[in-house]
Amino acid sequence: MAWKEVRSALPPGNYYYSGNEAAAEGAIAAGCRYYGGYPITPSSEIMEWIAVRFREVGGVFIQMEDEIASLSSVIGASWAGAKAMTATSGPGFSLMQEGIGYAAMTETPIVIVDIQRAGPATGQATRVGGGDIMQAKWGSQGDYPVIAISPWSVQEMYDQTINAFNLAERYRVPVILLAEQAVGHLRERMDVREKIAIFNRRKEKGAAPFGGGDDGVPPMPAFGEGEKLLVTGSSHDDYGLRKVADPLVQARLTARLHNKIVNNREEIIEYEDYYAEDADVIVIAYGFTARSSLFAVERLRREGKKVGMIKLKTIWPFADTLTRDVGSRAKKIFVPEMNRGQIAGEIMKYTCCDIIPYNQTDGEIIHPTTIMGELRRLL
Amino acid sequence: MAGDVEEYLRPGVKTPFCPGCADRILVRLILRAIAELKIDIDKMLFVSGIGCAAWIPSPHFNADTLHTLHGRAIAFATGAKLFNPELITMVVSGDGDLAAIGGNHLIHAARRNTDLTVICVNNMVYGMTGGQVSPATPMGIFTSTTVEGNRERPFDLCKLVAAAGAEYVARYSVGQPSPLVSSIKKGIETSGFSFIEVISPCHIQFGRRNRLDTAAETLKFFAGKCLMKDEAEGLSPEELGDKIITGEFSNGRDQAD
Repeated sequence: MAWKEVRSALPPGNYYYSGNEAAAEGAIAAGCRYYGGYPITPSSEIMEWIAVRFREVGGVFIQMEDEIASLSSVIGASWAGAKAMTATSGPGFSLMQEGIGYAAMTETPIVIVDIQRAGPATGQATRVGGGDIMQAKWGSQGDYPVIAISPWSVQEMYDQTINAFNLAERYRVPVILLAEQAVGHLRERMDVREKIAIFNRRKEKGAAPFGGGDDGVPPMPAFGEGEKLLVTGSSHDDYGLRKVADPLVQARLTARLHNKIVNNREEIIEYEDYYAEDADVIVIAYGFTARSSLFAVERLRREGKKVGMIKLKTIWPFADTLTRDVGSRAKKIFVPEMNRGQIAGEIMKYTCCDIIPYNQTDGEIIHPTTIMGELRRLL
Repeated sequence: MAGDVEEYLRPGVKTPFCPGCADRILVRLILRAIAELKIDIDKMLFVSGIGCAAWIPSPHFNADTLHTLHGRAIAFATGAKLFNPELITMVVSGDGDLAAIGGNHLIHAARRNTDLTVICVNNMVYGMTGGQVSPATPMGIFTSTTVEGNRERPFDLCKLVAAAGAEYVARYSVGQPSPLVSSIKKGIETSGFSFIEVISPCHIQFGRRNRLDTAAETLKFFAGKCLMKDEAEGLSPEELGDKIITGEFSNGRDQAD
């Protein structure tokens, strides 16, 4: 396989970084050497950090004319052989949607960091939000696969950006780091290990670049390697030749794109279990809200209350099996979110358990005491 | 002469172009320029957007091709070229793709003077979608969305791109094959942003709506309109009328000499 161990770009040790800086360092550690970006609050620090650090590690940075161009250039660079990324926030993420669909269709490994702010529209640019969950999955036309990850700490901004590149390269798919402004601008300790495991895209001379293999993921050559590549966002056969009216080609391609993620979801999906084993009330949370939730859950546990938490690290593909399992054990599932219930609705697809959403969209984080108060009423 | 580009055509590909389409001529003229420069086509990358012209490289050219989103070809090409400067990168797309939806990327790539050769295949209409007006449609022309004739002024694309800072800018018609091939060669050899507007008429969507019933009539109509730059010098605006001036409008290499 194409896994290998490499030395971290940063000397090992402890750092006091912001989440945005950590994401930039995680990208560099994973081997990212192309970044196309456009300024937007609250994600710009990622681009500024990259602009400085790429001069030291030898990467290509360009500030493009808009977010559409940023993502387009990232996809072009990926096909030229780069591990490539961009970062943005809500309005820019909206502009990138067509490109995300294109990357999914052409099976281009790319990483997009979305530092979510309070929406809709321009909303509150400097305040926190979590409203891009469904957009990350359904933002572009048609059915297409993506992987989305939700980090809750500066450490995870670093670790999960590395993971995002590994998943993108492993499955040839766009990976979205769905962080919130509160995590992007959080500043706390981050540990850097000496060695990290990275995955580099598989290459196989002459193999069909859109053919799939045992796991549905085809090898990926780069431009300039003499493979005479046909890369297109139109429906195409195993060699990339456009087939825009062939039902069999369309059916096979769309099914494979879906299945290469869904069939490998046990390998992709990560979560953490906190006291959920014997809990009557289980909190399902992600991102910054999982921090507040854990604080509340631990307080209530000390009082002897049977409450636990599942922290979703992977948002897409959704943890369906886990949700079914949790739903069969818990009496109630509490889902606090900084949106109007996007993941709560997803959970309802997989379990008949009593779901209690808590939705806060005031541009502020959900405070631990708020969650504690809500949980007390349920226990 | 036709035989020498055969090896650059992707084997087994049936052309999707209408019989009589000028883009068919351009397929071979671009390849002829590459053949005359004796470039290993495996070192080249062809990027295109959406529309008939975008199908010139993809799938006809037996090389690396990237058929992208509508309007975004130059942005995709920028990423590939910057990451791997060894790739001789050419963008081939239409007037609607490059100058309307993609106009922002066009002027910014010219401003940056990114080392790309952009061939803007100007049929003055949205051909693939049914012949709607484009930002390059001349005034008075009938299209499916200008039923009383176009009332908007078209862009002078060469002036626009030259003003934005492109290194090399030229305009020729497919009816001027010899200077066009030389121009494409110059574009490829220029380091910096090269822009070549090619008048490539569409007799189906443009011609038939404007009393040009055949491909030949449409080609002749445009041949009569094209004037070399030196022929146009000294003519009054009245004498120039709606003539299309062809030639080189910016040539950084000449300035450097």
